[in-house]
Amino acid sequence: MPIISRGFHGRKPDPGRKLPPGQYETFDFPVLSAGPTPRVSRDDWKFTVTTESGARHQWDWGRLMALPAERPTVDLHCVTKWSKFGTHWEGVSLDVLLEDVETEAEFALVHSYGGYTTNLPLEDLLDGKAWIAHRYDGEELAAEHGGPARLLVPHLYLWKSAKWVSGIQLMLEDEAGFWESAGYHEYGDPWREQRYQGD
Amino acid sequence: MARTAVSGRLATRLRWQAAALIERREESPTAQTLAFDLPGWAGHLPGQHVDVRLTAEDGYSTQRSYSIASAPDADRVELTVQRVPDGEVSPYLADDLMVGDAVEIRGPVGGWFVWRPEQLEPVLLIAGGSGVVPLMSMIRVRGMIGSRVPFRLLYSVRDPADRLYGPELDRGAPGLDTTWVYTRGTPDDWARPAGRLTPDDLVRWGWPADFEPTCYVCGPTGFVEAAAGMLVALGHHPDRIRTERFGPSGG
Repeated sequence: MPIISRGFHGRKPDPGRKLPPGQYETFDFPVLSAGPTPRVSRDDWKFTVTTESGARHQWDWGRLMALPAERPTVDLHCVTKWSKFGTHWEGVSLDVLLEDVETEAEFALVHSYGGYTTNLPLEDLLDGKAWIAHRYDGEELAAEHGGPARLLVPHLYLWKSAKWVSGIQLMLEDEAGFWESAGYHEYGDPWREQRYQGD
Repeated sequence: MARTAVSGRLATRLRWQAAALIERREESPTAQTLAFDLPGWAGHLPGQHVDVRLTAEDGYSTQRSYSIASAPDADRVELTVQRVPDGEVSPYLADDLMVGDAVEIRGPVGGWFVWRPEQLEPVLLIAGGSGVVPLMSMIRVRGMIGSRVPFRLLYSVRDPADRLYGPELDRGAPGLDTTWVYTRGTPDDWARPAGRLTPDDLVRWGWPADFEPTCYVCGPTGFVEAAAGMLVALGHHPDRIRTERFGPSGG
C-alpha cells in the first residue's frame, strides 16, 4: 500500500511524454557537478583512448573536428530527478573513435579534466549509443555543461555523460568511478530506476 | 553479471519508509523546517540528502531530493524546504503538509558533499540562499561532537528577512565564525554595502589557500560557479572545493 500524502495532488505530466519512473520534466538545463568548472581551451584539449595493453589513441581538437559529426536529438535523465526532452547535440560517435582500436576490454572508465571519472560497460558506448559531443543547441558547448567536449550517453543517467571528457580507459575488469564509489548505482539505467547502490 | 566486479561494495537497497511530520518551524517567510519521525533511521553524515516521495490519492507520485538540515538525532530527521514559486512539491511541503501527515523518505544519499568528523583541516562553508541547509548540518554535527576543527561560514542572502537559522548562527559556537553577505538590503549600520560575494570577501572572511581548508560551496548554479571560480583564482586547489548546486527546477 502506498503512503498517501493527504491533500497532495501534484502536476500530472504531459501524457505525450514518456518519463522514466520517479522523474519529472524540466524545461531549463540545470547544472550539477562536484567541484569547480574546469576551464580547458580547445588548443590544449586532447582526448585519449587507452587500451588494456597500454596502446594509446589520441585526438586533438583539430582531428576531432575533422571526423564526421552526427546530430543526435535525445532525452536526458538526471539522477536528481529531472528529465529534459528533445535536446539537440552535435558530436562524433564513439563508433567512429573506437573503430581502429584493438581491444578485448568489456569495461570503460571515462576520465575528465578536473579528475572526474565514471564507469560503464564498453558495449554501452557502441552501436550508435554514445558521442563525444561538442555543440549543444547549435552553439559551442558551454564550460558549465562540459565544454569543450563531453561524453553523451543518454540512455543512462546523466552522470555517466562525463563533462570535460579527457579520455576513455578500456579495461578487462570493471572499476568504479566517482559517483559509483559514492553510493550511486554502478550501471544507472533510468528506466529501471537504478539511482543508488542496490537499486 | 560482469558488473559484480564493482559490487564487492556494500549494496543494500535504500528502502522507502513512511515518515510522519512531527513538527514544523518557520525559518523565513519562504522557508520551513520540517521534522519527520523515521523509525529505525541509521543516521547520516552531514551534507547528505534524502529523497522524498509524495503520492496523491489517485496514485500519482513524484519525488524530490532535499538536504538534511539536522545532526543525527535518533529517529528524527529535519529538512528545510524553500518554497519555489510555482513548484510542484515545495509549496505543498512548505504550506500544506500538517503534523501527523506522512510522506515517504529514503536515504541518506551522497558520499562526496559531506563533512566527516575525522577531517581535521579547517573548513570553509560558502552558502547562497537555501544552499546553507547541508552546511548547517555540518555546523550542527561539529557542535554535537564538540569538535575543535575551525569552521568559517560565509552566507549570502538577499536581505535580513531571507536568513535561515539566523538566531542559531548569531548565537554561534567557539571556533565557528559566521559572516553575512547581503546582496540587496542590509541591516541598519551594516559596514559592508549590499552586493554580491566578491573575492575580497573571501580573502577577508575565508581561509588563506595555504591553510589548505576543505571548501564546501552550496547554492544556486550562478552563485556556485562564481564562488568556486573565485576560490580557484585565490589559489585553493580544485580538489579541495566541493560543490552542490540547486537548479531553478529544484521545486
